[in-house]
Amino acid sequence: MKGKYPLIALMGATFVVAAAPALADADFRAQAIAMIKKDFQPRGQADLDRLAEDGVQAICNRTGNKPPEAIAKTLEADQMASVRWPADGKLMGDWKKGEKLAQSGRGFTWSDKPGLPVGGNCYNCHQISPKEVAYGTIGPSLLNFGKLRGNTPEMQKYVYAKIYNAKAFNLCSEMPRFGRVGALQPEQIKDLVALLLDPESPVNK
Amino acid sequence: MKYKCIIGALSALVMTSVAFAQAEIDHAKAAKEFEKFRAEMEDSNPAELNEMKGEELWKAKRGPKNVSLAESCDLGLGIGKLEGAYVQMPRYFADADAVMDAERRIVWCMVEKQGFKFADIAKKPFQSPNDTGAPDITNLVMYVAGHSRGKPFAVDLKDAKVRAMYEIGKEISQYRAGPYDFACTTCHGSDGKRIRMQDLPNISTKEGAAKSVLGWPAWRMTGGVALTTQWRMKDCFRQQRFPEPKYASDVVTALLTYITANANGVIYKGPGIKR
Repeated sequence: MKGKYPLIALMGATFVVAAAPALADADFRAQAIAMIKKDFQPRGQADLDRLAEDGVQAICNRTGNKPPEAIAKTLEADQMASVRWPADGKLMGDWKKGEKLAQSGRGFTWSDKPGLPVGGNCYNCHQISPKEVAYGTIGPSLLNFGKLRGNTPEMQKYVYAKIYNAKAFNLCSEMPRFGRVGALQPEQIKDLVALLLDPESPVNK
Repeated sequence: MKYKCIIGALSALVMTSVAFAQAEIDHAKAAKEFEKFRAEMEDSNPAELNEMKGEELWKAKRGPKNVSLAESCDLGLGIGKLEGAYVQMPRYFADADAVMDAERRIVWCMVEKQGFKFADIAKKPFQSPNDTGAPDITNLVMYVAGHSRGKPFAVDLKDAKVRAMYEIGKEISQYRAGPYDFACTTCHGSDGKRIRMQDLPNISTKEGAAKSVLGWPAWRMTGGVALTTQWRMKDCFRQQRFPEPKYASDVVTALLTYITANANGVIYKGPGIKR
């Protein structure tokens, strides 16, 4: 609670400094948000509440995805605190299940069946297993991820937390917060950790 | 077998580049195959049928007021004037006091001049795979777009109202929200990116914006349907995990203003064929 007030003060100071040149942008942004509020209708599982920005989105939207470092660090710590760790303490699951999950891009659109499970969307943006050539390039290649980095407990923790909430490491990362928004459950994230770190996974062969 | 031998002999680093190279080859091959097929089909684009239907609709006296669009609808260059109208929209229309893209303007004419009800048009504005034909509005957009073949996109950014819509559209394209924190620019904001095998044009550049607007309205191989840029924007919002944009609303016009104006100067080739 206490931490919030200095943060707001800091944000205020930043905006005052940036106010003069950014005025026109802020005005268009306000008009854009008003337009978004009036011109959408709910459909399927996609309700209008999806249009509202949460704190992270608001900061990223207002800074062109380049938040001041002090704000970024504070909010990244908040995001990190949101990570739920598996009850059994194990972070590596079954890479075969992980591969299947990584393949699916389904879920959360108005044309998808509501509810879980949803896909991991991984291959949409990342190269992962060398066997899958239909991979996207929005995110970095994860080929040989474990081979290059090892699978120490620290590395397992990093990968688990990164998939759970990418914004804990890079506030305006383009990667969704799969665990935080409830898209992926801890068991599923463990399977994805295994896909990247298990020496038996094709990623590391 | 040979492939296995090679792999066995190479280090992890080289392996990475081999997999990369193979994927690039496959990707390039698929893209080339599609482009070949698409180019062949362009000579006899099924969308020509939509253009012909659109012509009939444009010229026929229709609606409760029994007037034709040809004798009542001003697309910015004068009543009934079609040559080059499509590539100059979105534009500001004083009679509606709004910036409108082509589809929205035709809808406005159907409502205001012919007396159709907006709700009836908005009920089913886009063709679905199992429909026997495209909605009238799609055929009309095809017909109007056909009259801008060979003309450069020329959205008038000197008009303050158009300029404001452009800037708002730019903001909308960068607005991150929803369960996955996606904005338009998450996928369409930098050069040379792909989702799976699908190339993603960068809408903030002239080249990328051109890729986004050229060939629309389009006959789409997937499902065999005729679709417009209004539909295309809507489907992007769907994949962004957003709710549905209202048909012919400002939010869509703003995005189309931003993207189309970024392609200003690029020669429009008429309705096309899309994957």
